[in-house]
Amino acid sequence: MTIRMGHRTTMTTPMFEYDFMRTAFVASGIAAILAGTVGFFLVLRGQTFAGHALSHAGFTGATGAVLFGFSPLAGLVGFTVMVGVGMGLFGEKLAHRDVAIGMMLSLALGLGLLFLHFYTAAATQAAALLFGNVLGVDESALLTLVVLAVLSLTALAFIGRPLVFASLQPELADARGVPLRFVAAAFLAIVAVAVAECAQIVGVLLVFTLMVGPAAAAMNLTRRLAAAVALSAGLALAEAWGGLTLAYYTDWPTSFWITALSGMVFFGAAAARRFAG
Amino acid sequence: MSALRFDDVRISLGRRDILSAASFIVEDREFIGMLGANGAGKTTLMRAALGLIPVASGAIAVLDEPVARGNPAIGYMPQNRGAMAGLRLTGWDVVASAAIGRRFGFVGLDKTTRREIDWALDQVGARDLARRSIGELSGGELQKVLLSEALLGRPRLLLLDEPLISLDPAHQKSIVETARRICDDLKVAIVFSAHELNPLVNAIDRVLYLGSGAAVLGAVDEVVTGPVLSRLYGSDIEVIRVKDRYFVMAGEVDVEREAHRHDHPHGSSHDHDDAHV
Ligand SMILES: Nc1ncnc2c1ncn2[C@@H]1O[C@H](COP(=O)(O)OP(=O)(O)O)[C@@H](O)[C@H]1O
Ligand SMILES: [Mg+2]
Repeated sequence: MTIRMGHRTTMTTPMFEYDFMRTAFVASGIAAILAGTVGFFLVLRGQTFAGHALSHAGFTGATGAVLFGFSPLAGLVGFTVMVGVGMGLFGEKLAHRDVAIGMMLSLALGLGLLFLHFYTAAATQAAALLFGNVLGVDESALLTLVVLAVLSLTALAFIGRPLVFASLQPELADARGVPLRFVAAAFLAIVAVAVAECAQIVGVLLVFTLMVGPAAAAMNLTRRLAAAVALSAGLALAEAWGGLTLAYYTDWPTSFWITALSGMVFFGAAAARRFAG
Repeated sequence: MSALRFDDVRISLGRRDILSAASFIVEDREFIGMLGANGAGKTTLMRAALGLIPVASGAIAVLDEPVARGNPAIGYMPQNRGAMAGLRLTGWDVVASAAIGRRFGFVGLDKTTRREIDWALDQVGARDLARRSIGELSGGELQKVLLSEALLGRPRLLLLDEPLISLDPAHQKSIVETARRICDDLKVAIVFSAHELNPLVNAIDRVLYLGSGAAVLGAVDEVVTGPVLSRLYGSDIEVIRVKDRYFVMAGEVDVEREAHRHDHPHGSSHDHDDAHV
């Protein structure tokens, strides 16, 4: 299975001796920083479900791309961004409408299933898409991930202030002249890229673990906006690298370890907040 | 110069006329109490002055200029306060998000902006409150912090939409006194909407009463009378005055109190100091 380490390693071989491990560290590091940063705003806006739906759209995009002879990464990014912008343009209202999003989510998965049906080498591909395959990231994919992450973070910094304002107080922001629709659509396009990157690492089904877990934990740990954003990115990075390291030494799936760490951090932060009062 | 002028203004939402042929002039530096039953059009009137709702006919002028969305000369406090419940961020960070929330680009908080935020918080006596998590504040405390946002950018006209909603009498008094002081000290005009006259009656200069699509602006004694209110409410109204308290009665029922009781405040977690006495 591609989602497993596949290499029986001994404790004595340092993991950075391997090319694929170095690539995996860079890829997961970049995706984690992007996911942690973008995820903070997703949680702040109460749109985590929209993020979840986008990851399912990613599955359709990737399987569709493979079926029609494109690279799955291109399909993943292209389709999530399209759906993200669409969701944003329908406005704040749709983005919070759980039923509509839920329906889109099922539709996307159903379509993805159909594409898989027509695609013969489906099983491995599907597993990699659903649960991630960080060790399968090659050099050219890595470059794509880096470029997309830099672009997304730059765009996020550019819309950052109006985005926070519109998320916290939409009516006031509207009155002050903030273009809510543009901000919402641009943000969901950025979320879509982050989702696509995350899906490369942990798979579409587990995108939540890097996008929402660290952000929610960070909000439990600090009251300050800037600190929370930084902490969210830092936690995501620590979880991704921690997961990769643990996977190397245990030969259990990387995605499992990342979800385990993310869950521990999230519940630990919630408990810390409760005890701190 | 007038702060806010309505000339024969008609506003329709859907198929209904919310206002028809409304004309009045709010003078500069005046503190106006805007009254009217639920659904009378108080929020609609403010949103029209902000350029968020178009007028069907007639004209609105703000400080002798035509309406423009995002007009920096207007400070606004929406009735719907946004999703603050349970939010861990400090009040200061929320106010800061409003202070620089319309600026795209890579915007930091410079010293001038920080001072401006502190100044606005000082004006409403909320500097210390703003250090706490916004989601932990009581209704009255939250209202003060949010009121400071309306002062950012030193506007000349404040539109405050139901700042007293779901506050106990002590907090109501404190908010009204703060508004009066701001009106005098900062030399701004204020339109302050409420659905009960009594908490405001000693502080305001004049009253703007809405009902049945009409708007009547004048001294309290001239407007809050049986004949005028009967016309606005479209039913037989009797006004009973006991010292400086007014009771607006339709038969046996006190209509203002009745309206208050049926009101559902937004931001439902903030009604710890809710007291419908
Ligand atoms: N978007 C809308 N479309 C149609 N009718 C609306 C809309 N928004 C508000 N209304 C109606 O306009 C009337 C005035 O509403 P509003 O200005 O909120 O009153 P108030 O603030 O005095 O309680 C109400 O009857 C309300 O139902
Ligand atoms: Mg209203």
